Amino acid sequence: MTNSVIPQTLAAQSAALAEGQFSSVELTQHYLERINRLDGQFNSFITVCPDFALAQAAEADRRRAAGENSPLLGIPYANKDIFCTKGINTTCASRMLAQWQAPYDATVVERLHAAGMVMLGKTNMDEFAMGSSNETSWFGPARNPWDTNRVPGGSSGGSAAAVAARLAPVATGTDTGGSIRQPAALCGVTGLKPTYGRVSRWGMIAFASSLDQGGPMALTAEDLALMLNAMAGADRRDATSIDRAPEDFMADLSKPLSGLKVGVPSEFMDAGLSPGIRACVDAATTTLQQLGAAIKEVSLPHAGVAVPAYYVVASAEASSNLSRYDGVRFGHRCENPVDLADLYSRSRAEGFGEEVKRRILVGTYVLSAGYYDAWYRKAQQLRRLIQQDFVAAFSGVDVLLGPTTPNTAFALGENVADPLTMYLSDIYTTGVNLAGLPGLSMPGGFVDGLPVGLQLIGNYFDERRILQVAHQFQQHTDWHSRMPVAAE
Amino acid sequence: MSLSTTDLLRVARLARLQIADHAAETYAAQLSGILAHFSLIGEINTDSVPPLAHAIDAVGRLREDIVSEAVDRDQLQAGAPLVENGYYLVPRVIE
Repeated sequence: MTNSVIPQTLAAQSAALAEGQFSSVELTQHYLERINRLDGQFNSFITVCPDFALAQAAEADRRRAAGENSPLLGIPYANKDIFCTKGINTTCASRMLAQWQAPYDATVVERLHAAGMVMLGKTNMDEFAMGSSNETSWFGPARNPWDTNRVPGGSSGGSAAAVAARLAPVATGTDTGGSIRQPAALCGVTGLKPTYGRVSRWGMIAFASSLDQGGPMALTAEDLALMLNAMAGADRRDATSIDRAPEDFMADLSKPLSGLKVGVPSEFMDAGLSPGIRACVDAATTTLQQLGAAIKEVSLPHAGVAVPAYYVVASAEASSNLSRYDGVRFGHRCENPVDLADLYSRSRAEGFGEEVKRRILVGTYVLSAGYYDAWYRKAQQLRRLIQQDFVAAFSGVDVLLGPTTPNTAFALGENVADPLTMYLSDIYTTGVNLAGLPGLSMPGGFVDGLPVGLQLIGNYFDERRILQVAHQFQQHTDWHSRMPVAAE
Repeated sequence: MSLSTTDLLRVARLARLQIADHAAETYAAQLSGILAHFSLIGEINTDSVPPLAHAIDAVGRLREDIVSEAVDRDQLQAGAPLVENGYYLVPRVIE
């Protein structure tokens, strides 16, 4: 079996499996061979689990032989190492959990495996999902398949790099302030952060609980819809998961865009945006107009404070969530602690990396007596204003379109010494998390050989609409099917 | 917005995070820079804006008060750094 007969998208592989062109075991072996041969240059996986994957693939083939046929049956995927997996390490890319195994599967993992998916391994990420470059990983940075001297973005950088390099057809990601959309943009893949509460957070290691949301990453919007069909749904073990009637996210994909109203936030198109990316957004609006959509300028007046409001809220929640790492119940423990305080503070100092410590410190500071009102409460008030901006914008348009990031992938090491510059690469994505809206990034061109991401933001629970717009766009463009040379 | 190393070490103690004295200066400088930039949030008038803790206005769901998960203590403690006879071991707290 040669590469040329293996189609690249989940949808095409699903059809080929159904026709018996190849088995899930053969498809899985194809990806394991590619990971083995190519991932040395990308470091997109922390753990590869060939035996586990081949056993799942054999089981999928048995299910198919017994007459079962569902879209995800026998399809391999790469799983972000933030989702708990029983029997396979879950590290969150931290020294703190470098050897840890969860006693259970996350709900997302349970659902994907019940649907017959095959887990190839666990992907690299920023430590505890805190970062926009994948450089904070205890296991070393993942690299961008379009230029291995550049970052893949973060925090779901390993998942984005793995999909871009065709080391997996699809992957899971999580997005707290842009962690699915930003790496998808920088690696030239398509990624979806669903509405907050769509996908269960149970077994997804917590960073900022009111913002965290899991979602799929893939080559096409159609593949995202197939993944989301399995991932979404209420979960009694996550009290914030939303109980809604099940939907088919494929339902609207092929509907035409005539009559669609697309808003372009003027604040996303200002001086901070690189001219090359601006040109890609402009070209995309032209394409959408040709497909029957009307383009309208809208305003999100508080977009400029989204990053600070986000970092205050996210760091505050992180400082609270990460208090569970105490050197007692799980994770890293220091040698010879003299007393309990020493056990806590030294285990945490040794187990956490620099960026995680910075966020814990910022979060503890903004929650501490005397600073709470000026920082945490203020940020939550701004959160409401940011949400109201989006609600006002959606009163006149169906979706928002803009850039995902202000720049293309930056060089490894370029922003490490300056945390603030790194934070500002999330300038167009964090507001979406604060408001809890669904957002998608899809390839929209190249600048100097590096991919550009276009961001589509939908109204609450309107994933079907942004998937439809992205699918229609991808029927008329080929940016999403471009493949990095290093992956050949 | 500036954070002294004393402020920094106080926050680190609250967070149960050991920070070496020489590193405290670096963290204090970095945090001061970050907070100085973030202080622009203070310029926006938010009088009478209620804080938003959660984007989705969901109501907590209730369930029957029955046992739903069987906890296997051995399995749960398999990932703990130090356990004995089903107990987590910590340094002596009471002499």
